Amino acid sequence: MSTGSVEVIYRGIFQKTLAKNICRGIVFAARKEGKIGIAFGRYGDSPERNGIPAKQFAVVSNTEDELQEYLSRYEPNNNDVTISCDDTLCKGVESWAWYGLQPINKLLAKNGTLLVVSTQSANKLIKIIHRKGAPYKLATVKAAASFSGLWVYKDDHTDVRLLGALAKVAPHIVSIDSILSAIKDQWKNDKKVASAKKAYDDASTSPVGAEQGSEEIPFSFDLPGWTKMEEGLVIRGQKSEQKNVAGWEGGYVPGRNETFKKFSTRTMRPAINFDTCTKCTLCWLNCPDTCFDISPDGFYDANMQACCGCGVCEAVCPVEDCITMVNEEAFEDNNSQWEMWRKDKKKYAVWLTEKISNKPARSHGFHHVGQYAEEIANES
Amino acid sequence: MSPKTATARNPDKPRDTGEHEELISGSEAIAHACRLADVDVITAYPIRPYDTVMQYVAGMISNGDFDCEYIVAESEHSQFEIVKHASAVGARVFVGSSGVGWFYAFEALAVTAGLRLPMVAMVGNRALDDPGAFGVEHNDALAVRDLGWMLCWVETAQEALDTALIAYRVAEDTRVRLPCAISCDGAFLTHSQAIVKVPSQKMVDSFLPPYDRGDKQLHPDNPITIAPQANEDWLMEMRKQNDMAARRARGVIIEAYEDLNKKFGRGGEPFIERYMMEDAEIALVGMGTLAMPVKVAVRKMRAQGKKVGFVRVRWFRPFPTIELQDALKGVKAVGVIDRDYGFGSGFHSGVLANELRAALYPSKNRPKIASFIAGLGGREVTADNVVEITGLTRDAGNGKLDDQDTIWIGVRE
Ligand code: SF4
Ligand code: SF4
Repeated sequence: MSTGSVEVIYRGIFQKTLAKNICRGIVFAARKEGKIGIAFGRYGDSPERNGIPAKQFAVVSNTEDELQEYLSRYEPNNNDVTISCDDTLCKGVESWAWYGLQPINKLLAKNGTLLVVSTQSANKLIKIIHRKGAPYKLATVKAAASFSGLWVYKDDHTDVRLLGALAKVAPHIVSIDSILSAIKDQWKNDKKVASAKKAYDDASTSPVGAEQGSEEIPFSFDLPGWTKMEEGLVIRGQKSEQKNVAGWEGGYVPGRNETFKKFSTRTMRPAINFDTCTKCTLCWLNCPDTCFDISPDGFYDANMQACCGCGVCEAVCPVEDCITMVNEEAFEDNNSQWEMWRKDKKKYAVWLTEKISNKPARSHGFHHVGQYAEEIANES
Repeated sequence: MSPKTATARNPDKPRDTGEHEELISGSEAIAHACRLADVDVITAYPIRPYDTVMQYVAGMISNGDFDCEYIVAESEHSQFEIVKHASAVGARVFVGSSGVGWFYAFEALAVTAGLRLPMVAMVGNRALDDPGAFGVEHNDALAVRDLGWMLCWVETAQEALDTALIAYRVAEDTRVRLPCAISCDGAFLTHSQAIVKVPSQKMVDSFLPPYDRGDKQLHPDNPITIAPQANEDWLMEMRKQNDMAARRARGVIIEAYEDLNKKFGRGGEPFIERYMMEDAEIALVGMGTLAMPVKVAVRKMRAQGKKVGFVRVRWFRPFPTIELQDALKGVKAVGVIDRDYGFGSGFHSGVLANELRAALYPSKNRPKIASFIAGLGGREVTADNVVEITGLTRDAGNGKLDDQDTIWIGVRE
């Protein structure tokens, strides 16, 4: 078969241009080899809200007929390579149009390569990636996730580094020579060409076994048919319910829709210091996703099934360092922080300090004009 | 008299780069057509997926590749009103919308056709709210089908670009002077980038004459009134003029495709595309990017020796009655796949199926017609769905399936 397809999973808005550059780069490079190609986004994954998992695809082929098979698909499966532009996406993606949590390797072909932008080791990443049930390969491009804004682009070479690494892991799609020549044409920048070459030289893959990976069963549910769905576009209000947590009696826990969670949108999460919290209610009032459960003793516990990681609670909390947004990479579960704190306050304090201090900082993308130029200058 | 001024493009950029390839989406292709047609006034109001065109046009202007009056209106209604007036004073205009945005402009849509203003619009087809879905359905554009708008659907980004140039030529022709909407399926076309041949300015100039309203141009040197109040003593004659213009559009479209084929070496048959229709016994009919899975499936079925073909309706208004009668004569059964609905309509069919039934009624030996609704809200229509539809159509041809009802494909029970 002469067709090759690449799935690019990215964080909505923040990485839209990045994903587009990668997909276009693949098609331009394939064109150098006389192939034809298409690059497309599936905007059912949109409207792109900050951080929402979204996808673009690039398909290259020798014939129009083969390409057409892909163009008519909503989400091509059996991709030769899946690129994850941010390692926190490895926990699974639930985009606007996806009903349930989709493992990052779900649409990857058997023996295909998952290429992740990450500073973490392959071994660590494998622990959070769901088991595929088929062998595949894992490769990383060592970098912190590159986040931009909708109208501004942080040109830190992540795009060309991924293209270089892609040529290494899937030379049958595009060769490194074609990639370098396409980059030269598109950007007319020798530094970007050099970055791609270096990424090509550095890239290596490690095999992942069929049964290797996280055992978590990804959250899913059945979509109702028209005979069962309530007529008139009605969604019933959710009943408030007590939390199924020991010691959680009283307080207030809003009812949450079991079929609509947003946690895969999150790249950071709030870590809360209950020892300094004054119970002022501001986080609870201002959270755009009504994440805060009120504990029996009147604390505000951010529910990690609902939190999209926007950082508003950190911004509004009047107590210094009471809420700190921490890289999502530091966490393995969505458990209640209040529950952990209530059980063992000393242990919680140690846990909290460790989470806050050890993890690499993350950004929420674009804040001010000139920001990316400053960041790139600081990094190099 | 033509107050149209020369455009002031960036002098540092070459005015004409010759025909060249670009990797662009259907929306970007439409923006290129606007640039090449040297459109004077463009109005915009954001709604997905049409908004992608806005972005590309704005990008071209800011890069100095395109000079036009670009106005972001405060609503779709104003958006369409502004270009309506600009068109009356002699400006070539471009506008567009999607879904309920198009409906918000409905009053302006209706009067534009009545005033015979050659507005060209892009409809990024989108399901109507509620619920606020983003995927493609064709009911948005189809809503103006009886008002004098010309309507066409395209399958690829290349076709979007070429058809937009045809649209200007036909709409502005003195024999026609009607608005024209080019429908581009949301996501499958508006957000898919393919390699497109972008024609040179010289090629486009040789194909598309400047817009000239002649003595119908609203201008201080040419004092005229347009759109006065008129009642029953006048109105019916005006409508008849509109009807005649819609009839004349047919010939003008045929001329335009002949010329495009001659000058660009592409463009194909006007009105419809016939795909593997030679000796076909079963014919499928549909519009827009639905053609992609259908063609994939037809190729597969042909490889198995099944005599299946496909007719893609490119122009819905004027409706290609003659071409469809010709293309479908001799087939045993026709399966029409609508990416739209017609609740309460005859046979509960979609719009295309009922138009086709009417068109084929006078034919001798008319085939059985089975009608299907599929792919609503942008749901993927798979090649397997198409094989299923083909089987059901064959059954209708053999009298094994009731052809007086419509079947929904790919809906969860
Ligand atoms: S980060 Fe804070 S404010 Fe934002 S959704 Fe999560 S809990 Fe709510
Ligand atoms: S905003 Fe801070 S201090 Fe106020 S209740 Fe929330 S965590 Fe406590």
